[in-house]
Amino acid sequence: MPKLSPEAIHAIVKEEFGSDAISDLDNSRTMPNFTVLDHSLWQPIAYFLRTDERLKFDYLACLSGVDYNDGTLGVVYNLESLAAHQHKIAVKLKCTKENNRVPSVAEIWRTAEWHEREAYDLIGIVFEGNPDLRRILCPEDWEGHPLRKDYKVQEYYHGIKVPY
Amino acid sequence: MPSLLDAKLSGGAIVTKVEDLLNWSRLSSLWPMSFGLACCAIEMMATNASNYDLERFGIFPRSSPRQSDLMIVAGTVTFKMAERVKRLYDQMSEPRYVLSMGSCANCGGPYWEHGYHVVKGVDRIIPVDVYVPGCPPRPEALIGGLMKIQELIREERLGLTRQEALKKIAAKTAPAEEVIIAAHPFNANVKPAETKTEKKETEEAVA
Repeated sequence: MPKLSPEAIHAIVKEEFGSDAISDLDNSRTMPNFTVLDHSLWQPIAYFLRTDERLKFDYLACLSGVDYNDGTLGVVYNLESLAAHQHKIAVKLKCTKENNRVPSVAEIWRTAEWHEREAYDLIGIVFEGNPDLRRILCPEDWEGHPLRKDYKVQEYYHGIKVPY
Repeated sequence: MPSLLDAKLSGGAIVTKVEDLLNWSRLSSLWPMSFGLACCAIEMMATNASNYDLERFGIFPRSSPRQSDLMIVAGTVTFKMAERVKRLYDQMSEPRYVLSMGSCANCGGPYWEHGYHVVKGVDRIIPVDVYVPGCPPRPEALIGGLMKIQELIREERLGLTRQEALKKIAAKTAPAEEVIIAAHPFNANVKPAETKTEKKETEEAVA
């Protein structure tokens, strides 16, 4: 099977789910990507990306949480077809700080389970459907999500002064 | 060739104070808690290994806090780890000593401003006797710190608090400028003791 260009990958997904489901392709020189606009379609799209014979994205290389510093948060999924086609693409999802819930893909790529826990811990994005959404790095009773741009460190943790 | 002790103590008898004997035996078998928290632990392991050979000082890592005299806090203390460090310290029996190794354990190191997860100095949770600077400190520096602990034990007396003993070893230092200027080859022409010569002249003038 041939290695597909980002345009071709984008076209296949668009053909399957319609033009309202995903944004136009951002053909970035570092990593071509598109954004999933309809959150309710993200799990079917992810399953399609993994299983479709032409795409076969069997490897979730990285899942990153992002704070864009304008009230929106985002998740970036770096996908790779490691065994079949060796092509790559990035998929983005955006949400707001008030409505910080996105669907989990832990059932589709098992790698995502701990990555989603990390994004929840440090950025504060809630992944609906993750089987075990607890903090993974910070202590369980830590206050706040440290990698948010407006994060202020707490004064004391268990009686130990936190700031320098 | 006679052994060191035989050569020195040819008479076969030695007179000393019990206190000195106890201190000497304690400082000659310092057993540190063996646990490392970050890259400092690598240097600590190197210090324990054959090149630097801590066993020549009788220093030998133990795997239980109940058998240890000394805690070497080697590395970054996170808030998650802080309670465990405190618990291990509480499990050690008196007399116990704490050596803080490296910038992170001393004051938070590179995490001092933005490291939300790092305790800014292990002395916020347990009392520290000796601080070893460095990131990470070389084995020589760690050995220097351990010898400082030995010096502290040597100074200990009944009725003397730890703080007073620490003051005694702190007094045994020289001003850094004198040592560095005198020892540096490029400063061979610089008189390290300029103040002293001035003093001499004034003394002569007075005479």
